[in-house]
Amino acid sequence: MSAAPATGQVPDAAGHFGRFGGRFVPEALVAALDELDAAYRKAMGDEDFLAEFGALLRDYAGTPSLLYEARRFSAQIGARVLLKREDLNHTGAHKVRNVLGQALLTKRMGKRRVIAETGAGQHGVATATAAALFDLECVVYMGQVDTERQALNVARMRMLGATVVPVTAGSRTLKDAMNEAMRDWVANVEDTHYLIGTAAGPHPFPEMVRDFVRGIGEEARRQCLDLTGALPDAVAACVGGGSNALGIFHAFVPDTGVRLYGFEAGGEGVDTGRHAASITGGSSGVLHGTRTYVLQDADGQTIESHSISAGLDYPGVGPEHAWLHDTGRATYLPVDDADAMAAFELLCRTEGVIPAIESAHALAGARAIAPRLAEELGREPVIVVNLSGRGDKDVHTAGAYFGILDKE
Amino acid sequence: MSRIGVAFDKARADGRAVLVGCMPAGFPTVEGSIAAMKAMVEAGVDVIEVEIPYSDPVMDGPVIQKASDIALAGGVRVADTLRAVEAVAATGASVVTMTYWNPIEQYGVDAFARDMAAAGGTGLVTPDLIPDEAAEWLAASDAHGLDRTFLVSPSSTDARLRMTAEHCRGFVYATAIMGVTGARAQTSEAAPVLVSRLREVTDIPVGVGLGVGTGAQAATVAGYADAVIVGSALVRCVLDAPDQAAGLTALRKLSAELADGVRNPAR
Repeated sequence: MSAAPATGQVPDAAGHFGRFGGRFVPEALVAALDELDAAYRKAMGDEDFLAEFGALLRDYAGTPSLLYEARRFSAQIGARVLLKREDLNHTGAHKVRNVLGQALLTKRMGKRRVIAETGAGQHGVATATAAALFDLECVVYMGQVDTERQALNVARMRMLGATVVPVTAGSRTLKDAMNEAMRDWVANVEDTHYLIGTAAGPHPFPEMVRDFVRGIGEEARRQCLDLTGALPDAVAACVGGGSNALGIFHAFVPDTGVRLYGFEAGGEGVDTGRHAASITGGSSGVLHGTRTYVLQDADGQTIESHSISAGLDYPGVGPEHAWLHDTGRATYLPVDDADAMAAFELLCRTEGVIPAIESAHALAGARAIAPRLAEELGREPVIVVNLSGRGDKDVHTAGAYFGILDKE
Repeated sequence: MSRIGVAFDKARADGRAVLVGCMPAGFPTVEGSIAAMKAMVEAGVDVIEVEIPYSDPVMDGPVIQKASDIALAGGVRVADTLRAVEAVAATGASVVTMTYWNPIEQYGVDAFARDMAAAGGTGLVTPDLIPDEAAEWLAASDAHGLDRTFLVSPSSTDARLRMTAEHCRGFVYATAIMGVTGARAQTSEAAPVLVSRLREVTDIPVGVGLGVGTGAQAATVAGYADAVIVGSALVRCVLDAPDQAAGLTALRKLSAELADGVRNPAR
């Protein structure tokens, strides 16, 4: 396995992960990004901040999350599978870690308003939750198509006191919601923090979001050692923007014997063009403030992504993943809708756990790599899978997919 | 020496500011956009800023977003923009291209600079490329003798104003407000402050844009800036018109009003 550069070297001071990352933003935002960068660096060296963040993660979010050995699921796929149960966190996903960190920073910067983009509504709900807790005004931009598909999450955000703005521009989905949030931020940057939901966007967001969620991997590494006496053979996570994957990868990057697998949304199949696999099926470009792998045409126009999982349905990916791919430290493979849903069903039936469809991509990926790893190692492999979120939000989509909803 | 300097020299000789008018290429069609740009030139616009339509225009408000969507739905390509640049430059007007960065990166930065120069364009305005990330563009624009216009904002520090202006050639684009493109009822109070801050750190001509849409507003901005940049108000003439002829009539009328404004600055 190739030696990985120490993560301390990336990103550089300007946020570059090798040829990826950086800041491709209107000058109007540079001062705010610099302010955020300074506040974040100060906070990460400030014991009071770290203590406050740690207490919130423990007492409010319910972490450390469990590392659970899924014995019946393991028996079905031929690997010893340890599930990192981020689905048990408050609000039902890893995302609460990021929003708590950024909301704390917002307060420290003296800003009184947060804005966010959301696709399925999970990040919007998490942001609205933190805004309620910290008494911040909250505006969430959501593509009009998504507000109609995810009416329940729209209601959740409103219950929590947030304003939800349906975005009618462009394709009316997540990327357009992100554009609209950027426009709001340019106009209101003085009193507003843009609480980006994944490890993408302009510097320092990719590095900062990674640092707020990297506890996932730190916990999992310790828990795996306690449970098995050794590090895992592989770590698996789904990748949309990629925050849950970076969160669980980060602590393992220096452990070169641990294989890192990111599973992208293959949609109807990468060869059909209807997918969200930016690394597998895209190319280097600039989108939403950063240079990374992007789904685009020859003119650099963004191509719409497709996935049964709304949370993975994004035509870009965090720049650190692009870098981990280029260096070979992590391996990125597509998982199509059908395989993800088969793994979704298998976890439900063997473990009594309904995963988020996003996380089902990681389960399906683990299932796909298990035989190869077993052959390579000559024994049953140990795979840590990040179960990044719970599937309550997906009951309607999955019910329709499996044809088990009563006809109305 | 900058390519667009000719337009600034001429206006300076007339004792007035330069009028820059923006229009997306391919809106509503490639030929339609070329006709619109030529009409603007005939009615007194000095410099045409041809915008390359892009799928994710984060610095643009609803009017230019809509026009870009129409152009992209009509199948406009980056190469069509170069065709529009060539057609308008042939009239003798100065032409600058405004573009988000990804289309240029995909075309190839040096290849685009080469083709832009060959088409008779003067340079690029880059709303989401800051000098910090522009090494490849700095080299390509030097190699092909093109101008570089980066943006500055009321939120820019003095150090960034100086650094950004140092990397510009032709003119620097001062955004009059914190926000995106789109005509506004009030003229900006931040813009004259930003321009005077720029004057402290640079001699390069200063263009002011964002929110300028009437002859009176053009006259106000012409009182303190070297160029007045108008986008959405002009695009709206075409967007709101029932047919092409009506659009061109409205465009000529507003262009003439703006041209009158820069000739009668409010001091």
